[in-house]
Amino acid sequence: MKRRDVVRELLSDRKDLLVVAGLGSTAWDITAAGDSPLSFPMWGAMGQAAMIGLGLALAQPKRRVLVITGDGEMLMGLGSLATIGVQQPTNLTVVVIDNERYGETGMQQTHTAHGVDLAGVARSCGVKVVEFKDLAGAIHKQPGPHFAAVKVDAEKIPLVLPPREGALLKARFRRALLGEQADAE
Amino acid sequence: MWPEEIHRELSGAGVRVVGYVPDAGHKRLIELCQADKKMRAVVLTTEEEGIGLAAGAWLGGQKSVLLMQSSGVGNVVNALGMVRECRFPLVTLVTMRGEQGEFNPWQVPMGQAVRPVLEAMGTVVHAPAAEAEIVPTVNAALRLAYNSYASVAVLIPQRVIGIKSFQDQASR
Repeated sequence: MKRRDVVRELLSDRKDLLVVAGLGSTAWDITAAGDSPLSFPMWGAMGQAAMIGLGLALAQPKRRVLVITGDGEMLMGLGSLATIGVQQPTNLTVVVIDNERYGETGMQQTHTAHGVDLAGVARSCGVKVVEFKDLAGAIHKQPGPHFAAVKVDAEKIPLVLPPREGALLKARFRRALLGEQADAE
Repeated sequence: MWPEEIHRELSGAGVRVVGYVPDAGHKRLIELCQADKKMRAVVLTTEEEGIGLAAGAWLGGQKSVLLMQSSGVGNVVNALGMVRECRFPLVTLVTMRGEQGEFNPWQVPMGQAVRPVLEAMGTVVHAPAAEAEIVPTVNAALRLAYNSYASVAVLIPQRVIGIKSFQDQASR
């Protein structure tokens, strides 16, 4: 599968879904699918995407939260799957777009190219593993936490960049989610 | 006692998410947060996870606090770059090791590097010198962080925690 097709499908008819994207290709993928103030594309802090999703899911239990990240980013934060497994947030789904490569640094192979099974790790941590075809229901309806690793082609494709400034990305997200409360004390 | 009073400050400030990697010095405060129905205590596999947790909670409109031992400061350095770039408010309560009377030499290098490391990453460091200063300092840290969108760490001195040996630590 092509990564941009996968992400575009995940974000089609996203309703009021809250989206976090790990640094690199997945941040460009969600932007290519259509930038939104309710998306938080990361430009750094590798390994933190799933934890930002967890914090958001705990703070907003009535909203659905989707983390889209890469295999390299997920591997740097494997412990967060254990932490999510303990917390069991029912409104959180983590999707790894797995091209088995570090895409921003020269397409070097990641551990998943050598058989490391991210879905197996998630399952062992108590996170429900779902197939790609069942993701829409998992993301929007069924009680989670959910995890999917979607294998995609290792391809070099044009960058589609979201805004870069971290403070702007934070502020626009909070304004869109919280309204006037975002600026209250 | 200061753990009870810190818990009261956190509660009064509306802290709802408490990320922690356990430390003997934080034992009582962790128990109080776990027992508080308005707080979600989140055990972490590494302190770095607590930075993402706090950032996500703030994106969702909730205040949090992060509890760790001084050794954990070394585990959060790169993630603090996001805190600074995004101006996420962050309150970190650090129980210190590698200070006065340390009995484990492996604790000393990181313990001694805590302040310069945090300051290099743009975190404001408050270091109360005595037990009586701890609670007012936590109160001030919460206000600085959440009124001014700052990253603030409070270093709780080893002298106050008073663990003198491995045997003492294990018996707590």
